[in-house]
Amino acid sequence: MSALVLNEEQAMLKDAAKGFLAEQAPVSQLRALRDTRDETGFSRELWQQMVEMGFSGTLVPEAFGGTQFGHVGMGQISLQCGHNLSASPLLSTAVLGVSSLLLGGSQAQQTELLPAIAEGRLLTALAIDESPRHAPWRVATRLSRDGEGYRLNGRKLCVVDGHVADWLIVSARSSGEESAREGISLLLVERAAPGVSVERTIMADSRNAALVSFDNVTLPAEALLGVEGEAAAVLEWVLDVGNAQLAAELLGIAEEVFSRSVAYLQERKQFGVTLGSFQALQHRCAHLFSEIELVKSAVLKALQALDASDPEAPQWVSLAKAKACEVAELATNEGVQLHGGMGMTDEFDIGLFIKRARLVQQLFGDYRYHANRFASLRGY
Amino acid sequence: MTDLDAFRQQTRAWLEDNCPQSMRAPVTSDADACWGGRNFQFQSEDQKLWLERMAARGWTAPDWPREYGGGGLSRAETKVLQEEMARIKARAPLSSFGVWMIGPAILKFGSEELKRQHLPPIIRGEIRWCQGYSEPGAGSDLAGLQTRAEDHGDHFIVNGQKIWTSYADKADWMFCLVRTNTEAKKQLGISLVLFDMTTPGVSTRPIKLISGSSPFCETFLDNVRVDKDQVVGEINAGWTIAKYLLTHEREMIGGMGRTAAGQKTLPQIAVEAIGLEDGKLADGYLRSEISRWDIDAAAFALTSERVLDEAKAGQGVGAASAMLKYYGTELNKRRQELNIALHGSQAMVWEGEASNEGAMPRTWLRSKGNSIEGGTSEIQLNVIARNILGLQ
Repeated sequence: MSALVLNEEQAMLKDAAKGFLAEQAPVSQLRALRDTRDETGFSRELWQQMVEMGFSGTLVPEAFGGTQFGHVGMGQISLQCGHNLSASPLLSTAVLGVSSLLLGGSQAQQTELLPAIAEGRLLTALAIDESPRHAPWRVATRLSRDGEGYRLNGRKLCVVDGHVADWLIVSARSSGEESAREGISLLLVERAAPGVSVERTIMADSRNAALVSFDNVTLPAEALLGVEGEAAAVLEWVLDVGNAQLAAELLGIAEEVFSRSVAYLQERKQFGVTLGSFQALQHRCAHLFSEIELVKSAVLKALQALDASDPEAPQWVSLAKAKACEVAELATNEGVQLHGGMGMTDEFDIGLFIKRARLVQQLFGDYRYHANRFASLRGY
Repeated sequence: MTDLDAFRQQTRAWLEDNCPQSMRAPVTSDADACWGGRNFQFQSEDQKLWLERMAARGWTAPDWPREYGGGGLSRAETKVLQEEMARIKARAPLSSFGVWMIGPAILKFGSEELKRQHLPPIIRGEIRWCQGYSEPGAGSDLAGLQTRAEDHGDHFIVNGQKIWTSYADKADWMFCLVRTNTEAKKQLGISLVLFDMTTPGVSTRPIKLISGSSPFCETFLDNVRVDKDQVVGEINAGWTIAKYLLTHEREMIGGMGRTAAGQKTLPQIAVEAIGLEDGKLADGYLRSEISRWDIDAAAFALTSERVLDEAKAGQGVGAASAMLKYYGTELNKRRQELNIALHGSQAMVWEGEASNEGAMPRTWLRSKGNSIEGGTSEIQLNVIARNILGLQ
C-alpha cells in the first residue's frame, strides 16, 4: 500500500503542469474560445504543446511511444486543468481513448492507434450515454451482423469532443434487455464514415459535447474493440479511469474557487472592515477547507488504486467522484455567494467555474449515482 | 527478509503467546478499559496480565526511549506493532492520559529529573493522571485562566478552581495550568505544574452528565504546595506546552471519527437491523443516509492517513489537528444519531440487562461532548480560518 503522498516524479509532473497550464491555458483562453464561438472549442495549438509536454501519452506504455506516468500522474494534469478551466481533448482522447484501447484493443489496434494518440495525430471520443442521466448499460443502439462485418444503428448524447474526433468509440447492443450488462460491445467508428451524423452542441461550460447518430453504418469485423457482447467489464474500468480524472478536475475547480473566494474576503470591505473578519463567513470557509481536504485524500487514493490495479479500485473511484461532486458543488455555490453581486456577473470568472463543475459532475455519474454505486460495492 | 519483516514475525509470535483471549475484543466503554493507577480495580486477571506483559516490554508507550522504560521502537516498528495488534483485535493494554498527553510533553519539554521520576510509572500504568486546564471562567478562552500560583522561593502556593477535569476523582496526579505572572499578557504568565492529588488542599467533586455517567469533575485547589522542580519547561512559558498538549488531545478526540478495529461498521449494523432486499438495504432513505455517512467516514479515514504520511514525508499543513478534530467529532455525532435511528425505540432503553445498561443511549449522549471538549467545533473552525486561511 502506497503512502498517500505524491512521489518525486509525480510532484515534478504536478509542478510542470501547473506552470505550463497557468501560462498557456488560463481561464481567459476559455473565455476567448467562447466569445469567438471557436469552431473546434479548444486551441489546437495548445493541444500540440500539451502533446510535446508528453500529456497525451501519460497513460500510454513506453512501447507505444508514451511516457507511462500512470493515473496519479495524469491526475495532476487534470487537477491543473480544473484550476485553469483549460479546454483540451485530454479526457476524450488521452484518458478515455487510451484506456479503451489498452483494455479492449487488439495488438493491431494498439499498434496503430496508441502511438498516433501519443504523437497528437489522432483524436477519439467515447460515445456511450443515450439517456440524459448517466446509465452505461441503458443501451438501445443496435449492432447487427452484416456479412463479415456489422451494421450500427442508434443515437448517443453528450459525446465529449464528438464533433472533432477522428474515431468514435461506441457502445452498442447485439443481445440482451435494454439495461443489461450482457450483450454490449464497443466499436471503433470513423467519424467520417457514411451514415454517421454529428451535431455539435455547445454546453453551458462553453465546451463541446456532440449528439451523434448512426444510420445503417457498415463496419468491418476489425471495428470491434474486444469481444462481441462482452464489453461491459472493459467499459466499466474505462469509466472508472475517466471518473478518477474527472474527480481530480473537480478538486482543481473546488480548490481554485475556494482560494479566489478567500482572497476576495481578505480584500473586500463592508461596514468598514474586511468581510474575512466576520465569523459567520470564517466558519463557512473553514468547513469548506475541511471538505476539500477530504476530497484530496479520496482522489489520491482512487488514482493510486487504479495504478495498482487494485480490485477495490471501483469502490475508491466512486468514493472520489461522489465526494468531489458534493464538495465542488458546495465550493462553487459558496464561491458565487461569497463574491456577492460580482459573483453573478459574466465578467467575473466564478461563473465559468460553476458551469464547468456542474457539467463535470453530471458526466459519467453525479454524487447520487456514485453514492449508490459505492453502497452497492460495499455490499449494502 | 528485511529487519522489519523479522520484527513483524517476532511481534506476531509474541502477541500470539502473550495476549490473553479475552483481551482480543474491542473495548466497549470507558468502564471496560484498563486505566491503571494506585487504586485501579482490575476487572479480570487477564486485564492485569496483559498490562504487565506489555508494560514489561515498554509497549504501552512503544515509541518512547528505552532508558525511561519505553519500547524504543522506530516509527515503522510502532506501526507494525499496531498492525499486528489490530490483526488479532488486541485491545490497548492501557488507556492513559499519561501515555497520550503529559508523557509526550514531559519527554519534549521536561527536565531529566522529571523524566526519570514520572515516565517509568506512566509506562507501567502505576500512576493515573488528570488534566487541570479549564476553569469556570476559562473554557474556550483557556488563556484567561485565573488559578494563581504564588512564588514562595522553592515552591508555589496554588489557589483556584478547575472544571471538566476528566477522572480527577480517580487520578493520582494532575498536570495543571496555573498563572504564575499576573502582570504579563495573558498567554505569557502561565506555567504547567505537576502535583499529587493527595497533596493537602486538593479536593474533587464529580459532575453528573446527561449520559448519566460522571467522567468529569470539579477540582478545588486551596493553598496547595507545589515544588518548583515540578514545573514542566520554563516558568511562565507553559502556554507553548499547553498548545502542544491540546494538539495531542485534538488528534486523540478526532480519532473518534474512525471505526476501531473489530468494531462493527455502520453499514454492518444497518444490514443487521433492517435487512437486505435484492442486495440493498430494505429502507431506501436510510440507505442513502448511511452511504452519505460512509462516504464521509471513508474519506476522513483516508485523510487521517494522508496527514500522517505527509508528516512522515515532512510536508503537510500546520493546524491539521484542528481540521481532524472538527470533522472527526462531527462525524462521530452523525454516526451516533444514525445508530439510534437504526435501533428505533430500543435505542432509548436506559436500564436493564439486555440493553447492556443503556450503553446505546449513553454513548449517543456522551458523543455530544466530543465537539465541546478539547476545544469546541467553533474554536477549531476559528483556528482553521485564522491560522490556515488567514481570515481575520
